[in-house]
Amino acid sequence: MDSFWGGYALPTVITVGEVLAVVVPLLIAVAYLTYFERKVLAFSQLRKGPNVVGLFGLLQPFADGLKLLLKETVIPSGANRVIFIFAPIVTFTLSLVAWAVIPFDLGVVISNINVGILYLFAISSLGVYGIILAGWASNSRYAFLGALRSAAQMVSYEVAIGFVLVTVLLCVGSLNLSDIVEAQHRIWFAIPLLPMFVIFFISGLAETNRSPFDVVEGETELVAGYFVEYSAMAFALFYLGEYANMILISAMTSVLFLGGWLAPFGVPPFTWVPGTIWFLLKIAFVLFCFLWVRATFPRFRYDQLMRLGWKVFLPFSLFWLVLTAGVLIATGWLPTR
Amino acid sequence: MALTMRGARSLLLSELLSGLALTLRYMFKGAVTVNYPYEKGPLSTRFRGEHVLRRYPNGEERCIACKLCEAICPALAITIEAEPRDDGSRRTTRYDIDMTKCIYCGYCQEACPVDAIVEGPNFEFATETREELFYDKQKLLDNGDRWEAEIAKNLALDAPYR
Repeated sequence: MDSFWGGYALPTVITVGEVLAVVVPLLIAVAYLTYFERKVLAFSQLRKGPNVVGLFGLLQPFADGLKLLLKETVIPSGANRVIFIFAPIVTFTLSLVAWAVIPFDLGVVISNINVGILYLFAISSLGVYGIILAGWASNSRYAFLGALRSAAQMVSYEVAIGFVLVTVLLCVGSLNLSDIVEAQHRIWFAIPLLPMFVIFFISGLAETNRSPFDVVEGETELVAGYFVEYSAMAFALFYLGEYANMILISAMTSVLFLGGWLAPFGVPPFTWVPGTIWFLLKIAFVLFCFLWVRATFPRFRYDQLMRLGWKVFLPFSLFWLVLTAGVLIATGWLPTR
Repeated sequence: MALTMRGARSLLLSELLSGLALTLRYMFKGAVTVNYPYEKGPLSTRFRGEHVLRRYPNGEERCIACKLCEAICPALAITIEAEPRDDGSRRTTRYDIDMTKCIYCGYCQEACPVDAIVEGPNFEFATETREELFYDKQKLLDNGDRWEAEIAKNLALDAPYR
């Protein structure tokens, strides 16, 4: 009985507590990311954005959520019901699962596994399944075209992201995300690996189907892409998943290139602020850049998108990978563990 | 050389960065939004809004049933029936405007010889049913009493240009 409590039940309870401590703030962050997005877009267009529901419109995300909750989930008659319901659940779950390995501070992580970055890469690749299932199960032309585009786009840009990750790994010598952050004590990787940082950021936009790479939902051509047929809570799950993925990519950018929880300068006034705060600030900054890009650029045409992925990013990141490896070998900086 | 410059520009994302700088500058410019139900923009003195039928200061209605407005109305929105009144003056017995047909061209107020039918400054007359937009004479006269001050002021301000 003692071993049951000490060896099995207690760790489970602790883990569930940790998961809740990450997921609940994450969902609130997703809600406020929609608000933040509307505000940023509004300000860049000389508008005010939501300002009626609550003080400065701060209750707007909850009003929207409540609206979606109370609406009817319409299932098209031609749809495959099981897959149709399953797809948003997959998308949403996968966008949350990846957070298990994100370190918020030294040791503040649900699961500090040694293949953290591979896990992240695997989960973000799985994300495309929710979209393909949704497009297929809807039995609608628009949804199907959106799903096809999304699959091709995510596969294309994952190649570039893969090379960027390998470059970072070469400089660190570990797949553990905490080790990656610790390796940036002297200098953040964004500075020596600036081109890779830019490629990672742009590929991140494509990976999360954000503007200017949002051909997947491109409302002028495909109405809403793979989730045209979705309504109410199923739609909300897609929406939450998409925004949680944005936050996830921002967190990955912070961990890989912006020094995770490390203060920008290792001197007192900066080191007094807790690492978690720095990490959240960095995530917020990257998210702002996501929205800033959305406010600035028009959508890429689909062939331009493919050209950028395969003919520019892939050769460029491959070249930079070889260059980095060469420099590391030549200078003897290659980390050995 | 030109090719190198072009290559450098696209590699350094200079055009994209200048675009980003532009949107960033706009973010600090402040909104130009008019907070509509609480704030309203200025209206021209010639603004053509909801119709009114006006009265003389002694309370006598101006309309003499000449039917010029009915004749000129391009949308055929105005319907007038007229009879001599007991005191011998010619007045309308029916003056209807179908506000759903009206195109707010302002020809009726231009045609009117006595400034009886005027399009006032009111544009907030949305209703919940279509029937409420079929205005009759009483509704138009009530509108006239309600908006007389503004309309008289607008007509006086616009008079020098006529």
